[in-house]
Amino acid sequence: MPLKQAITGAEAVAYAMKQINPDVVAAYPITPQTPVVEYFAKYVADGVVDTEMIPVESEHSAMSAVVGAAASGARAFTATASVGLALMHEVVFIAASLRLPIVMAVANRALSGPINIHCDHSDAMAERDSGWIQLWAENAQEAYDFTVMAYRIAEHKDVRLPVMVNFDGFIISHGVEVVETLDDELIKNFVGKQEKIYPLLDTSNPVTYGSIDMYDYYFEHKRQQVEAMKHVPRVFKEIAEEFAKISGRKYDLVDEYMLDDAEYVMIALGSTAGTIKHTINELRKEGKKVGLLKPWMFRPFSKAEYQRLLTGRKAVVVLDRSASFGAEAPLYQSVKSTIYEVASKPQMGSYVYGLGGRDIAPHHIRQAFEDAFSGNLIVDEERYLGLRE
Amino acid sequence: MAELKGWKDIPIGGLVVEPGSAKKYQTGTWRVLRPIFQSENCINCMFCWLYCPDQSIVVELVDGKPKMKGFDYYSCKGCGLCANVCPKNIDPKTKQPVADEKKAIIMKPETDFVEE
Ligand code: SF4
Ligand code: SF4
Repeated sequence: MPLKQAITGAEAVAYAMKQINPDVVAAYPITPQTPVVEYFAKYVADGVVDTEMIPVESEHSAMSAVVGAAASGARAFTATASVGLALMHEVVFIAASLRLPIVMAVANRALSGPINIHCDHSDAMAERDSGWIQLWAENAQEAYDFTVMAYRIAEHKDVRLPVMVNFDGFIISHGVEVVETLDDELIKNFVGKQEKIYPLLDTSNPVTYGSIDMYDYYFEHKRQQVEAMKHVPRVFKEIAEEFAKISGRKYDLVDEYMLDDAEYVMIALGSTAGTIKHTINELRKEGKKVGLLKPWMFRPFSKAEYQRLLTGRKAVVVLDRSASFGAEAPLYQSVKSTIYEVASKPQMGSYVYGLGGRDIAPHHIRQAFEDAFSGNLIVDEERYLGLRE
Repeated sequence: MAELKGWKDIPIGGLVVEPGSAKKYQTGTWRVLRPIFQSENCINCMFCWLYCPDQSIVVELVDGKPKMKGFDYYSCKGCGLCANVCPKNIDPKTKQPVADEKKAIIMKPETDFVEE
């Protein structure tokens, strides 16, 4: 029987990992990821999981340890945030390049400096070209569900890429919500056994991981990564379908909220989508045709989906919780370039908000929508919500 | 060098799935300087064999004793280590290099051999 629990997003992720019972967890504590590993360490101490837990001396080591574990054929997990993810950076690329099906939860937090421990998306955005699949949760429920689905996607033979489950630091990681968890047995069967590909511990079929790759083959290996990413949307949809059967919750590449007849579409990642949905409900009461398109998956960025959903709209407003200094904000950049070729182009506007945990309120969202209603959007202009001039 | 394969025909992740496959890698194409063996000066001390990082010194056992036979140019990268450690290349008194014709190993630019 599904169980309704009042838990934080961090506990929801840890609970999913308990049910998955991974072989290896290596992590280093960093706010606001710490409770994920803290809860999981308790499962290890209580003997409810069989996991080998490695408390390492840094995030660079954490990612290195899970790379080694995954190469040996183990199911490996880590979690981090912000500068911790930044410290992993080198090995984040290696994990994807070696095609290791690692899962990592990221409690999104601003990057230093000045030092700030609160939510924004600059940590994950700095890894957007690392070759990892990026899933983005709106709430604790989605963080739980994505963690359950992540290994199936990562380990799929057409994919073999690591998955990053992003959930907003503090807002999701520390906020208590009702999360519906599934039975242990159900999760165990859903996640299943890993089909091992080239495990290092198979000594009768020796393989070398991480050998030098020169100008004669490196390019070909990168092309393979490009190809693997192309398979992700299909595989994600298949696994989401299967997950819907056991959970009743249906995921897709993007979440569509009041989108069918919407003339004005807002696009945003993570927990802010909840505030946008609330604002949309209010605006709908006022007769405004507004809707939300929330990417559940940001990498790969499935262009076809956005093209299909955005052509013919009056305006598209993109909210970014990170900046790309000297260029357009990451989500806006992706959406804008994607709709270059659509038959009927909407007006577009870019809004950066919430850096370093700055609150975003319904009136901010309304302000952006109102710019769109009055035709006051400039495609090449970046605006800011909740910033003091 | 084995024929270069396309991206669809190689294992993912840059994995090397065949043990000992480095043997097939023609590192000899990297060579800028080529070691030349002058057997008449060699005392078969095996220093070159011991130090060569690419196992490119060809040795034969004659009456149970190792004899330096030359180089395996398929793998020799031309690093010159063998010529550096060869005791016959240095005058023991002055510690200065001896004349080329007295050396057991001399390093020559690959450009000298382009015609071959
Ligand atoms: S030049 Fe270097 S690689 Fe070639 S035989 Fe001498 S030591 Fe070995
Ligand atoms: S180091 Fe010089 S003398 Fe010794 S075996 Fe090699 S070539 Fe001959």
